Amino acid sequence: MKATDFESQAPARLELEGVSAGYNGRNALEQISFQVPHGGQVAVVGPNGAGKSTLFKVLVGLLPVRSGQVRIHGQPLGLHKDCVAYVPQREEVDWRFPVTVLDVVMMGRFGKTGWLRRASPRDREVVMRSLEHMGIAHLAGQTIGSLSGGQQQRVFLARALAQEPHILLMDEPFTGVDVSTQETTLNLLNQLREQRVTVLVSTHDLNMAAQRFEQVLLLNRRLIAYGDPAYVFQPQHLQQAFSGQLLFLGGDQGAIVVDQCCPDENHAHSHEESRDA
Amino acid sequence: MLEGLIAPLSYAFMQRGLLAALMVGVLCSIIGCYVVLRSMAFLGDALAHAVLPGVAIAYLLHGSLTLGALVAAVIVALGIGYFTREGTIKEDTAIGILFAAALSLGVALISAIRSNNYATDLTHILFGNVLGVSSGDLWLTAGLGAAILGVVLACYRPFLVISFDPVLAATLRLPAAKLRYLMLILLALTIVVSMQTVGVGLAAAMLVTPAATAYLLTRRLPAMMALSAGVGAFSSIVGLYLSYYANISSGAAIVLVATAFFVAAFALSPKKR
Repeated sequence: MKATDFESQAPARLELEGVSAGYNGRNALEQISFQVPHGGQVAVVGPNGAGKSTLFKVLVGLLPVRSGQVRIHGQPLGLHKDCVAYVPQREEVDWRFPVTVLDVVMMGRFGKTGWLRRASPRDREVVMRSLEHMGIAHLAGQTIGSLSGGQQQRVFLARALAQEPHILLMDEPFTGVDVSTQETTLNLLNQLREQRVTVLVSTHDLNMAAQRFEQVLLLNRRLIAYGDPAYVFQPQHLQQAFSGQLLFLGGDQGAIVVDQCCPDENHAHSHEESRDA
Repeated sequence: MLEGLIAPLSYAFMQRGLLAALMVGVLCSIIGCYVVLRSMAFLGDALAHAVLPGVAIAYLLHGSLTLGALVAAVIVALGIGYFTREGTIKEDTAIGILFAAALSLGVALISAIRSNNYATDLTHILFGNVLGVSSGDLWLTAGLGAAILGVVLACYRPFLVISFDPVLAATLRLPAAKLRYLMLILLALTIVVSMQTVGVGLAAAMLVTPAATAYLLTRRLPAMMALSAGVGAFSSIVGLYLSYYANISSGAAIVLVATAFFVAAFALSPKKR
């Protein structure tokens, strides 16, 4: 594993030490340790059921760790309120819920405004700026169910922006959206890098991971490799992560990953994780 | 026409009945929005039937039937929360088990009761007796109703977030489990309050039908709650007059009117695909 502490004087934004977690007695994540420095951007890749979503659920505090520790700014998870934002996969959201785009993005401010107080002028300003940033200000009054897939994704990106997080988690943001939304997402990543927001993005798109991210984390229940793409995407690492789905076509460099299908629309999320990898 | 509307109000029991039906209609319809959005219809039905053993025990002990119902509903609500904690068993399974257990206990107790007028009293519990509302009942309904609505209003944002996006609730460190219990207790209280007007047999319908009607016609939760309350209130009034003139059970009349609204909304809904 390659160390990535180019800013060793500040504590890493995100640090995992020997983290195991899972559902129903089976560990979906096994002894995961890695650090992401301040403002780092990491693509999380691995086959279906590798624990990518489980990792994110641990980081948002939805799934307790069985062993090990997660630290944010050097402090254990749970002491921080509202510094992690999460952009869900599209199929995780109830699109028929009666909320407008503005309502959803405003939810990103609840942690800062408090649960009883009305939205302050600053809340409104941040929400409007986030909407404009994502190019969906004109849709503010629409219900989320009436939007296209790309617009729906932008709503949740805008909400994450409105949260003003230190750490942003995006679950498969490049899956099932149009090219222009992909481009918007990538532009946003560039801006977040300037703002030194730490970002973890799970993706099935290995090309995207290799070309647009400085750091890649290859996962298959255990951490297989973590470092720059050239280091991570070596045949022996891919062999370890994808094994049966990997096809070798002569020579060391001729690896092709096949069967990289994404879970289909109606595929329950828990199934992905409970299936044996 | 006007005469026909005013005449029944010359009776004090009719005035009280109308007030009670109105309050219950509004209360059920507002809580019902969360029941519909969180797919808790089965839970609402189960809780409504689960009050039966509490009522039977209270009857045997000559205590307050309302109090008995309240205790039973809260116990079952907490029991469902307890069994489904950390996903030990699925919620609908837990509901199915506790629902049947409570109902059986209720039936067992009732069959053991041997008195002359128990049949009448239990019919009232099952199907409501809005015209038998005393002024004490009315005050209890008003008090509990105001308390429930106060909590719903104060918890608007937390309830919205845990219903729409449990992951956001986790990142904001909302006590999701406690809020879920709170919602179950509010639901149990609402059902107990509605026992008098529509009865336990039909309380679940008042929780679901007006809210589902409003869901079809609105785009935001506050509007859905307001319209649902309107449909609930109007159904209660129309249903009560219907019950007065047609001499049918008040609970059944109220639910049938609400269902008519639902069918009309379904036919007109822009959401229908």
